[in-house]
Amino acid sequence: MKPAPFQYAAPETVDEAVMLLSEYGRDGKILAGGQSLVPLLAMRLARPSVLIDLNRIAELDYIRQTDGEVAIGAMTRQRTIERSGEVREHLPLWWEAVRYVGHPQIRNRGTVGGSLAHADPSAELPAAAAATGATLVTRSTRGERTVSAEGFFLSYLATALEPDELLVEVRIPAHARAGTAFLEVARRHGDYALAGVAAMVTMRDGRCEAVRLAFTGVGPVPVRVAEAEEPLIGRRPEESVYAEIARIVAGRLDPDSDIHASAAYRKDVAGVLTARALALAVSRAQEPMADSRSSMVDHG
Amino acid sequence: MADPPTSIRRVTVRVNGREHSREVDVRLTLVDFLREALALTGTHVGCEHGVCGACTILLNGEAVRSCLMFAVQADGAEVTTVEALGTPERLHPLQEAFRDHHGLQCGFCTPGFLMTAVAFLRETPQPTDEEIREVLSGNLCRCTGYQGIVEAVRDAAERLRTQGPGLESTE
Amino acid sequence: MATRYFGARVKRNEDPRLLTGRGMFVDDVQPTGVVHGAVLRSPHAHARIRSIDVAMAAALPGVVAVYTHADLPATLAAPLPKLIPHPALIHHKTQYALAPGIVRHVGEAVAFVVADSRYVAEDALDLIDVDYEPLAAVVDLEAAVAPDSPLVHDDMDTNVCAHYTQRVGDIEAAFARAAHVFTERFTVDRGTAAPMECRGVVAQWDHKMRQLTVWDSTQAPIPIRNGLARLLDLPQASVRVIAPDVGGGFGPKIMMFYPEEVLVPYAAMQLRRPVKWIEDRRENFAAMNQEREQIHDAQIAVDADGGILGVKTVFLYDSGAYIPYGIIVPIVASTTLPGPYRIPNYHCEFQAVFTNKTIVSPYRGAGRPHGVFVMERLMDRVARELNLDRTEVRRRNFIQNDEFPYDVGLIYQDNAPLIYDSGNYPAVFARALEMIGYERWPEQRARYRRDGRHVGLGVASYVEGGGIGPYEGCRVTVEPSGKVHAATSVGTQGQGHFTSFAQIIADALTVPVEDVVITTGDSGAMSWGTGTFASRAAVVAGNAVALAAQAVREKALKVAATTLEARVDDLELRDGQVSVRGSTERSLSLAKIAVAANPLRGTIPQDWEQPGLEASRFFAPPRGTFAGGTHAAIVEVDVATGMIKILKYVVVHDCGTIINPMILEGQIRGGVAQGIGNAFYEKLIYDENGQLLTQTFMDYLLPTAMEIPEVEIDHIETPSPLNPLGVKGAGEAGVIPVPAVFAQALEDALQPEYPIRISQMPLSPNLLLQMIQRQ
Repeated sequence: MKPAPFQYAAPETVDEAVMLLSEYGRDGKILAGGQSLVPLLAMRLARPSVLIDLNRIAELDYIRQTDGEVAIGAMTRQRTIERSGEVREHLPLWWEAVRYVGHPQIRNRGTVGGSLAHADPSAELPAAAAATGATLVTRSTRGERTVSAEGFFLSYLATALEPDELLVEVRIPAHARAGTAFLEVARRHGDYALAGVAAMVTMRDGRCEAVRLAFTGVGPVPVRVAEAEEPLIGRRPEESVYAEIARIVAGRLDPDSDIHASAAYRKDVAGVLTARALALAVSRAQEPMADSRSSMVDHG
Repeated sequence: MADPPTSIRRVTVRVNGREHSREVDVRLTLVDFLREALALTGTHVGCEHGVCGACTILLNGEAVRSCLMFAVQADGAEVTTVEALGTPERLHPLQEAFRDHHGLQCGFCTPGFLMTAVAFLRETPQPTDEEIREVLSGNLCRCTGYQGIVEAVRDAAERLRTQGPGLESTE
Repeated sequence: MATRYFGARVKRNEDPRLLTGRGMFVDDVQPTGVVHGAVLRSPHAHARIRSIDVAMAAALPGVVAVYTHADLPATLAAPLPKLIPHPALIHHKTQYALAPGIVRHVGEAVAFVVADSRYVAEDALDLIDVDYEPLAAVVDLEAAVAPDSPLVHDDMDTNVCAHYTQRVGDIEAAFARAAHVFTERFTVDRGTAAPMECRGVVAQWDHKMRQLTVWDSTQAPIPIRNGLARLLDLPQASVRVIAPDVGGGFGPKIMMFYPEEVLVPYAAMQLRRPVKWIEDRRENFAAMNQEREQIHDAQIAVDADGGILGVKTVFLYDSGAYIPYGIIVPIVASTTLPGPYRIPNYHCEFQAVFTNKTIVSPYRGAGRPHGVFVMERLMDRVARELNLDRTEVRRRNFIQNDEFPYDVGLIYQDNAPLIYDSGNYPAVFARALEMIGYERWPEQRARYRRDGRHVGLGVASYVEGGGIGPYEGCRVTVEPSGKVHAATSVGTQGQGHFTSFAQIIADALTVPVEDVVITTGDSGAMSWGTGTFASRAAVVAGNAVALAAQAVREKALKVAATTLEARVDDLELRDGQVSVRGSTERSLSLAKIAVAANPLRGTIPQDWEQPGLEASRFFAPPRGTFAGGTHAAIVEVDVATGMIKILKYVVVHDCGTIINPMILEGQIRGGVAQGIGNAFYEKLIYDENGQLLTQTFMDYLLPTAMEIPEVEIDHIETPSPLNPLGVKGAGEAGVIPVPAVFAQALEDALQPEYPIRISQMPLSPNLLLQMIQRQ
């Protein structure tokens, strides 16, 4: 299990990287954290002629807060966002999701951009991106463009990135007050999800104001089921609504079977997890007046 | 302007406090570099696809899988392998704890577990059992059933709090 | 003899080395000028090789040699040796070093490349052009015995290579008079041992000395040496096989021969350069032997009180494409099945069947988990149908303590009668029930259920045959330095032999245990032996160690008696010093005695047997020892997802006297972890064309620290009367009853709402949820 021969370049700036991509992008591969690509190279399932290593581009490693958004550089390690107080506070759904990615040794190398650009349909961060309505920023020698998460993930391991384009940033709307939950069923801790759900709800006056659900492991891309979000909107959350949503989810999803689980299993479990995740998310949601109340609890 | 792609590059890396510089094939994995070019055979190769954790080392102090990196990517980095922990005559407290709790049988996966645990205990000096099991779940052991390893890490946390790290060459 | 160490939790002598990265595994052997091998493997489960073109590969810069079947000498071109023949094994087909024209499973070796690096060797594999004509593959075990099945070996008119029946009593009469007869079908699927170290071979040929040295990650270095000498036409003394540190074995690291074990030495001799081949993980999945696939049609006949009148099992055993190891696994399955129960009438019958899949040979348990799964599931069935408590029905049928030695009436895997040497099954069972809290379980279970949790308890017992012959040996030497060295004939793969054998010797010679240095697995240090398998090393080698150490002790007294001019009876050995009782001056250290035992002038008395403070002894048991145990577990099921969580696991184990409880408990815990893998996580999946779909650790799931619970262990010691130490084998105990325990626990967890019946292993959350939903 040794990689086939390739040529290697390690640009130090985004400009250098996109120049290299414009020249070699078609038969080349971008090496980010390498936690998915290097196994494919070792098994010779991927045989790029050129490998463009982004690990020396310091300018892509950052977490920045702007108005209402958190921008994360593509080469930010997953471990960095896991340790980030900003992410924990403003992007609780991402903070929860990233801890399901592999193991600490994987997250120490694995990057946010790498996970999104690899677009494994059973991965966690693409589902988090879809659930939170993230925007992806790409660069090439032709310039910069932004793509919504929905527009970015096209199919199994396929994205809207052109061969000469580099994913440089993901911008995520801050959702500190939303109730969020990320739940998945995997065969073992750290495995890719057999089915998983990212849920985000906003509450006002005991009623659900907005809901977003995105699923992993149940389709070629992170899947959203709009019909499943509707029943909760404007209503007081209760078990019967969750159960109704679970049925809708199981009915709408159309996953494939593989050696780890059948399509039927994935559908059922996605429904079950949705009900559980919604209950959890609702319990975590803060009403607009929540701060004073929680401090009363603290002192009481 | 960036250097054009090449198939051979020079890599200069500090391993266990000593600097090494070699011309390497760019496809040479870091673990093969450590084992073959530097003859540091304490780091083991168990799966070459990043699951078993036998090849875990510290890269700039963080536990990573050295089968999922190329040697050239470690250029300029500080690498720590199991050889830097303790010696047979003077074991590191973590190694002592592994011995006391029978945390190893065949010993093949052990260096990977040790490096994972060293990094973990530095960041989490007072871990819960759940945290220990979670971090160790990135390493596979086929002999022990993990219990001795979990006990060893729990005990090592205590020893390190009272005795200090004893890991001279990483900082 | 004082026993300072025997029975104590002595820390392991080998640990400091292994903990500091100073172990020496095969891949750590790095001879100067070594070149690297890679094997081209069949991508087809069954195909004819029309042609192989290696020209491009051979021309690649850095490639040293390329071998195909046509390049091999006659001894290596022929099928490799038949390891364990049996009269019932009519078609003893064995594998080839390189496929001669037909490949019969995915992963079978087709060509061997040697190059400057493994990277280049793999580049060369890409350049070998093989023209395959795919043939119909037979993958499914039951399909393989159907009359119209494709044939794995076309010189046979069937895929059945052995049909073997053993009978005890009169099964027909027993079934005829039974109050109840219950029939069930049980299936167990394939898994792999997955040692963390894959296989590996390094060979170095010294042309001038005509000396071949082979480092091999094998469990049986001495038989490999013997076989290599024959195949390569060398005297045994010219071949040295070393099994250095071996990173886990669990059974499949004995084969004699895997293709690489002959190809690497052969290439080293041809090329006059050291050659290394290290199996990668993908190769390991396809090319290392596998195990577990069996289908049992079983019946139990009981009287009205649940007393067993007879048991019958008729089963299929999948041997894969060849059967070098013979029919050991199905024999072990059928002879383990009776377990701790009195079964007056028993019929076991199996067919061993070729399929186009990887070869099967023993993997930890080696048929024992199957036998126990069938028997314990039948006992659960009886309990349910007769509305008896599951523990009561077992108690009624246990072999009692006054019945030992107990003749089961069968012939065991060592061709000796299956006679249980000793045991205490009711006490072991009772202790396990106490530890798991069986008495309080009904209330506890009800409490869980009130909280909406589905939690169940399972308990199962087994008898583990081990400690079989033929023999093992040990040579103990006290060197003039006073250091004690011992060489044993077995290899070691983590079992702690460097410590447990040292404990035995240290007690005999009254020296510190850390001063005893053990050599294992080196044919250059010990010329006669078999290997570490079948839970036998502690029993067979351990007793040889004890005999040799005792002989050295006696010799030390004898030599000292001469030097000190005293009578042997007046001497005592204490703290490594022999002294005349009551005198402090008239005393000699073992070091001085070692010097005295090897004089440069004069003579040595005839009764010293040999010069030096040294003795060699062999131990050859007449038949195997039989350990026993009970496991119990509490497990929770998420009825909405099929996911499980193990809340508690206990083991009570009786393997006779215990040399080192710490090491023993490690063996048990590791076995339980593999059993949990067998029950829930580990399954090799072949598609209908014989393609192996699980060839990575992402698809073949080894349990991690998150899946394996703490295992509480207690011991009962019923010594074996068959050997001086009173020990029995323990290597496989942990793995044996685990699937049976969980099958029962899951049914318990889900009663009565979901009356599922578990008759297959392994399970997955998907399968479990399906069963739940069907109710």
